[in-house]
Amino acid sequence: MLDLQGVSKHYGSTTALHPTDLTPASGKTTVLIGPSGCGKSTLLRLMIGLIRPDAGTVRFDGTALGAENVRAVRQRMGYVIQEGGLFPHLTARDNVTLMARHLGWDRARLDARVAELAALVQLPEERLAQYPVQLSGGQRQRVGLMRALVLDPDVLLLDEPLGALDPMIRSDLQADLRAIFRKLQKTVVLVTHDMGEAGYFGDVIVLLRAGRIVQQGALHDLVRTPAEPFVEAFINAQRNPLDALGRQEG
Amino acid sequence: MRIPDETNPKLLRQSPSARVKIQNPKSKTSNTILVFLLALLFGAGTAQAQEITVGSKKFTEGVILGEIATHWLESNGVEAVHRAELGGTQFLWQALLSGDIDLYADYTGTLLEEILAGQNVSPDDLPEVLATYGVRMTAPLGFNDTYAIGMKEERAEALGIRSISDLRDHPDLRFGFSNEFMDRADGWPSLRVAYTLPQSFVRGMDNDLAYQGLETGTIDVTDLYSTAAEIAAYGLRVLDDDLVHFPEYQALYLYRSDLVERAPEAAALLQRLEGTITEAMMTAMNARAVLDKVPETRVAADFLNEHFDLAQAVTVQEETFWSRLWKHTKEHLLLVIVSLLAAILVAIPLGVVAVKVASTEQIILGTVGVIYTIPSLALLVFMIPLMGIGGPPAMVALFLYSLLPIVRNTHAGLHDIPGPLLESAEALGLPPMAKLRQIELPLAARSILAGIQTSAVINVGTATLGALIGAGGYGQPILTGIRLNDTGLILQGAVPAAVLALVVQALFGLAERVFVAKGLRLKG
Ligand SMILES: Nc1ncnc2c1ncn2[C@@H]1O[C@H](COP(=O)(O)OP(=O)(O)O)[C@@H](O)[C@H]1O
Ligand SMILES: [Mg+2]
Repeated sequence: MLDLQGVSKHYGSTTALHPTDLTPASGKTTVLIGPSGCGKSTLLRLMIGLIRPDAGTVRFDGTALGAENVRAVRQRMGYVIQEGGLFPHLTARDNVTLMARHLGWDRARLDARVAELAALVQLPEERLAQYPVQLSGGQRQRVGLMRALVLDPDVLLLDEPLGALDPMIRSDLQADLRAIFRKLQKTVVLVTHDMGEAGYFGDVIVLLRAGRIVQQGALHDLVRTPAEPFVEAFINAQRNPLDALGRQEG
Repeated sequence: MRIPDETNPKLLRQSPSARVKIQNPKSKTSNTILVFLLALLFGAGTAQAQEITVGSKKFTEGVILGEIATHWLESNGVEAVHRAELGGTQFLWQALLSGDIDLYADYTGTLLEEILAGQNVSPDDLPEVLATYGVRMTAPLGFNDTYAIGMKEERAEALGIRSISDLRDHPDLRFGFSNEFMDRADGWPSLRVAYTLPQSFVRGMDNDLAYQGLETGTIDVTDLYSTAAEIAAYGLRVLDDDLVHFPEYQALYLYRSDLVERAPEAAALLQRLEGTITEAMMTAMNARAVLDKVPETRVAADFLNEHFDLAQAVTVQEETFWSRLWKHTKEHLLLVIVSLLAAILVAIPLGVVAVKVASTEQIILGTVGVIYTIPSLALLVFMIPLMGIGGPPAMVALFLYSLLPIVRNTHAGLHDIPGPLLESAEALGLPPMAKLRQIELPLAARSILAGIQTSAVINVGTATLGALIGAGGYGQPILTGIRLNDTGLILQGAVPAAVLALVVQALFGLAERVFVAKGLRLKG
C-alpha cells in the first residue's frame, strides 16, 4: 500500500532523514521507534505528503505522491497526532464528521458512521456533543482516532498517539488500540519512543537513529540479533517494560 | 501689512480665545499641504444641478451670512442648502473653485491679503482677477469687519472721544490689548506709530479680561473686531479709524461665475443683498447668536423678515434637542457603519493574503501601518482634493484608518494557530478554501473580532472629525460649541460619541458569542 524509495529530507544544514527505503507491510502494524529527533515524525509526514522529500519517491497504492494527487490520497489515510490534534472550536462530533460533511455525506450516513466509530473506540455517545476542552486526554485521543477512521482509510498513521497520557489511561488505550488495529486489518504506521509500546503493537519494528534506519524486524529479532551496538544499547535502556512484557507473554 | 496666514481674524474670529487657538503651526502646515494638493489635483469643478449650495466659514458671522443667503434664496423660490462651518478661508475658497459649494461670504481684506496674497492686486482690480478663477463677487454688503479700538460708551462720551486720533489728548488712559494685538506688526506697534499715541499704561491680556477691565474701569481702551458681539453686550463705542490705519474688511458674497448661466435668478438675488447690512445690524446679530445663544438660522430669518419686504416671512423650523441628537446620530452611525463594513470586507482578505502569500506580508502590513500613522485630521484633509467635502470623503478616510487593526489582528490570529492544528487540517485533505473557512478563520475569530472592535471604537471617535469636512455627525455640535465657547453644545456631541463608543464596546461582547465558537470560549 505504502512504499518509500530513496526518500530523504533536509532542513537547512540538518539532515532529518538520509535516503531511506521503507515498505510498511500492508494490513499490519509497523512501529517507528528511536531517540527523539531521529526522524520518526519526518518519515510519517513524508508518507502523508505534509512535506515533500528532497529526493526519492513516496508511492501510495502504486502511484507516486505529488501535488496533484496528494489531497485525494490523504482521504485514504488517517492521521492522528499527540493529543488528537482536535479542532477546539468544533464539538467532538463535528471534528469527526468534518471531512465527510465536506464530501457531502447525508445526515443518516453521518449518524450511522459516527455511532459505529463511537462503539469501536468505546466513546460514550453523549461525549460527542462536547468540545475538546471538556474531554479527558484519553477521550480526546479516541475522538482523534474516530476522525482518522471516518472515511474508512486504507492506511492509519499515528504519531505518538499515547504520548501525552498518564500511565493508567495509557495502558487501557493501548489495549483498545491494538484490538482495533487487529480488527480493522489496516496498514498502520505508529510512532513511539517507548520500546514496550513498540513491542506491544508492532508486527514490524523499525529502529531509527539520526535519520537512518538501523534495523527493522520483529521484536525478538531486534533483541536476539541486534544489527549494531546501538540497537542493544537502546533496548537495554528500556529494559524494565520489556521484562514485564516478557513475563506476560511467557 | 497684515500677515496673510491663519492668524487673520477673518478666518476664525468669534471668540477672543479662538484668536489665540488658531495660531497653531500644525494647522498652518496642513493648510499649506492642502493648498498644494488642491493646486495639483483640481481640474474643473463638479457643478451641481439646480440646488444652490451655500458654504460658510467656521465663525459665527460667516455662519449668519450663510444663513441669510440661504433663507434669502429659498424665500425667493431658489432651492438652497447651507453647509455650515466648513472650515477656514482656504477650505471655503477651494470648495468654491471645485464646485462643492456655489457661494460663501468673505471679506475684501481676506481676498487681497490671503487668497490673492503676493499677487499685488489692487482693490479695484478684484472683480477682474476673481474672474480668472471663475469667481464673481457682489458689491460689499455694507459693513466693514476689521480690527477696531473701543471704549465704554459713557467714558468715551465723557471724554469727548470719537476717533482714534482723539486718544492723543488723553495720555493717562489705560490700554489693555489682546496678546495677539500686542504682538502683530499691524497691531499695537504700528498703531502707536501711526497715531503717535503717548499712553504709557499698555498691557497685554486675555480678551475676556479686557472686557471685564473695561466694565470695572481698570482699563479704558481695548482692541476688538468692529462687528464683535461684545460691542453690543458691553455698550462699547468703536472709535473711528480716521487715519485709515486698519485695512478694510468689507463683507461680500463670492459665487461661481457659472451661477450666472445655471441660476441667473440666484446671482441677481445675491446682488439685492448688497449694501443692506450695517455694522450695527451685524453686531446685533452676532450678539444674539453668541451671547443670547439664538441659533444663527433664526437670527438670519429675523433679519430678513425685519428688513426686507418678503412675499412671505421666512420661517425657521426650530430643532429640538432630540431631533438634533437624532440627526447627528444618524449621520454619525452612517459614517461609522459604512466605513467599518468596507474596512472589514477589505481588511480580513488582506490579512489572510498577508499570511498565505509570504511575499506580500511586509507590503500589506507596512502599507496599512503607514496609513495608520497619518494623523486622522490630515487623512481627512487629503481626501478633499480627491473627493470634495461631505460624507463620502470622510467615509473613505475612516475606512483607510480602520484597516490596520483588522488586518493586523487577522494576520496575528491566523499566524498564531498552533502548528499541530494546521497539520491536522492539512492531513484531512481539506482544500485550501474549506480549510480557511472551517478551521483557520474560526480559530482566528477572537483575534479578528478584537481587531474589528478596536477599529470600531477608534472609528466612532475619529468620525467626530468628519464634521471638519462637512460630514456632520457628533462632531458638528462639538465644532459649533467650540466656536460659540458653549460647553453645553460641546457635550451634546462629546457625550453621545462616548456613549456610542461604549455601546459599540458592549455590542462586541455580544458579537463574541455569535462569532467565536463555544469551544473556544469554554475554560478547560
Ligand atoms: N520544520 C522543521 N524545521 C527544521 N528542522 C526540523 C523541522 N522538522 C524537523 N526538524 C529536524 O529534523 C530532525 C528530525 O525531526 P523529527 O522527525 O521531528 O524527529 P522525531 O524522531 O523526534 O519525530 C530533528 O533534528 C528536527 O530538529
Ligand atoms: Mg516526533
